[in-house]
Amino acid sequence: MSIKIGLVGNPNSGKTTLFNNLTGSMQYVGNWPGVTVEKKEGRLKNFKDAIVVDLPGIYSLSPYTLEEVVSRNFIINEKPDVIINIVDATNLERNLYLTTQVIELGIPVIIALNMIDIVEKKGDIFNIEKLKEITGCEVVEVSALKGKGTNEVAKKAIEVATKNDNCNRLFKFTDKVESIINGIEDLVKDTVPNDKLRFTAIKLLEKDEKIDVDLTNQTKLIIEDIVKKTEKDFDDDTESIITNERYSYIENIVKTLYLKKSIVKISISDKIDKVATNRWAAIPIFLVVMFLIYFLAVSTLGAMGTEWVNTVLFGEWIPDLAEKGLTAINSASWLNSLIIDGIIGGVGSVLGFLPQMAILFLLLALLEDVGYLSRIAFILDKVFRKFGLSGKSFIPMMIGTGCSIPGIMASRTIENENDRRITIMTTSFIPCGAKLPIIALVAGAMFNDSAIIAFSAYLLGITAVLISGIILKKFKAFRGKESPFIMELPSYHVPNFKNIAMHTWERIKSFVIKAGTIIFAAAVIIWFASNFSWSLRMVQMDESILASIGKIIQYIFVPLGFGDWKSAVATILGLVAKENVVNAFGILYNIGDVSQAGQEIWNVLPYTALSAYSFLVFNLLCAPCIAAIAAIKREIGSSKWMWITIGFQTALAYVLAITIYQMGLLFGGTFTVYTIPAMLLFVGLIYFIVRPTNKRIRLNEGVNNV
Amino acid sequence: MTSLNNIKVGDRVKVTKLEGQGALKRRIMDMGITKGVEIFVRKVAPLGDPMQLQVRGYELTIRKADANLIMVEQKIGDKYLCQ
Repeated sequence: MSIKIGLVGNPNSGKTTLFNNLTGSMQYVGNWPGVTVEKKEGRLKNFKDAIVVDLPGIYSLSPYTLEEVVSRNFIINEKPDVIINIVDATNLERNLYLTTQVIELGIPVIIALNMIDIVEKKGDIFNIEKLKEITGCEVVEVSALKGKGTNEVAKKAIEVATKNDNCNRLFKFTDKVESIINGIEDLVKDTVPNDKLRFTAIKLLEKDEKIDVDLTNQTKLIIEDIVKKTEKDFDDDTESIITNERYSYIENIVKTLYLKKSIVKISISDKIDKVATNRWAAIPIFLVVMFLIYFLAVSTLGAMGTEWVNTVLFGEWIPDLAEKGLTAINSASWLNSLIIDGIIGGVGSVLGFLPQMAILFLLLALLEDVGYLSRIAFILDKVFRKFGLSGKSFIPMMIGTGCSIPGIMASRTIENENDRRITIMTTSFIPCGAKLPIIALVAGAMFNDSAIIAFSAYLLGITAVLISGIILKKFKAFRGKESPFIMELPSYHVPNFKNIAMHTWERIKSFVIKAGTIIFAAAVIIWFASNFSWSLRMVQMDESILASIGKIIQYIFVPLGFGDWKSAVATILGLVAKENVVNAFGILYNIGDVSQAGQEIWNVLPYTALSAYSFLVFNLLCAPCIAAIAAIKREIGSSKWMWITIGFQTALAYVLAITIYQMGLLFGGTFTVYTIPAMLLFVGLIYFIVRPTNKRIRLNEGVNNV
Repeated sequence: MTSLNNIKVGDRVKVTKLEGQGALKRRIMDMGITKGVEIFVRKVAPLGDPMQLQVRGYELTIRKADANLIMVEQKIGDKYLCQ
């Protein structure tokens, strides 16, 4: 018989650590169907027939956030046999608030009381027996960090699940509210199963729209009347009445459970915050932390790793091995080319970023685990909010300077869906490591290696992020679900290296799987298109399918000043990996190593300084490489939004490039047929930036921005 | 009675009323800011927003625009006084 266990708890309550302890390494990480909320499942370590599902960290079971709805639906629809509710004893009131709601769902609950050792260390006294008595639940002391109590929880969970009797004691509201709830229970008891009756009645009283009950119109009207009358009597909305009652009930029971003996001292966490979020020191400290991360992951350790993967592993070892193998079996030359240039070259160029990503993820997981990440959001929120982003958007952007893929993946730490989406859509504007050769080429050949060009490229990236934020946040799709920025600042704690390692590994794994599938396929297709003609004969690149496509789409780039097929092909190849843009020039113009060629390449390229800069602008901002597009699709959760993102990015790149090129020409006294369209596009862009937001919609949502 | 965003750092207040509705109000209340609860304004972020509060024994950060929905009375000496 298989047993299903749901793990529920507040964020920062030690839930993930307990989950890792319960399941060991046997885990499956994915997304909940249809949404980008992480879903983790694993088998209980000593009882392989039991599946533990780690529900998202939540504070409540309200119908307003994705995580809460996902958790609710799981419990209601999939009916786990038992719920383990992890409760942080050092933060009792807010944790028990969730417990009062979970108990109502009609599934037996076990309370895993975490951090009780810290409570005892402080000298406070916790009455566990009393908690058992009040809730009717089994209560098990655990220390998630030290791995204590895990087996006990698992044993109790199996025991309760097999016994299958629910002895949870529902918490009683005050008499007045209780009688109202009983009244609604009576009204719906014929349509709702007994174990869901109380939950449904409370949700109906709260006017919860996500509750799924089939009621007659008459019953609905009666309930509406009850709600109206209650709201009038209490002079408050029913949702708030219920929330208030829960908290005042909890305040009362906590008095009987928790005896505070300790004199209030300043905790270590507060001491750290005195410095870390200090008025003057916060920003310098933050900059130092960021510099260290960048230094370790992008420039020193990570760069060494990437260098090794690119030049040794995928530059010598694997190609040499493949070549020897292929020669040994006497394979055809086209097959050699496919495997060595196409597959190994293509997949290798992407896997080259793995060492940098691994170090970045490790350091980020560390910052998140100790609790610094939420402080960054606290420090920077004001800046980013102006542009429709969140304080946490900084991290994806910073990582994006190394590679957009980990940057986009790091957006997972942003809870607010709109902030997260805008961050995903704009992260790849920041020039990544692979775009540096394009910058270097343009700066070196056209502008005498001027540092201003590189600086302007980063400035352009940041500007693109900020104006996109302003443009996007004005669209209805990003306004609908505005949620308050109200966030817990968890106590700092010593990092748990097992957690960090698992977290890093999960992210790396998903990247490697992607490299093995999507990028593999893309590499094969591009190799084919650049080596074969339409008549399927193997040809030089300038006669290939890719070249013929380039000869068609080159016209799109005429207004931008680089309407020749070779530039068009270089841009298309940039979709595979941005390094290819410069490499393509090398192949198409027969100049061996472009990075060494410097000035000489420019004599053969059909560019002026202005059109070269326009080419740079377009290639920096247009759709990122396929690997990054795949990351966007996964993180944003739908193909539709992926297309919107790359469409938006390419359109913005086009508008900026045409504006720069045509205005540049105009300043030089040249007026073309594209001058007027360029001006119109630019005016359109300005309109999207400055257009007013519809205030009425905001008020309707109850968001009172003053 | 004033709203929480007007309270100085280091002051202790009691919540008297919550404005707003729907998701916003529910989220604030879910985090434990309910009528009658005591809030300690610990600090304001270096750039002047958001605020850091201590409520029900834990640390919480909230933007001033959202704190504007929380009506409070200030503690002066041992008593809460309406302003």
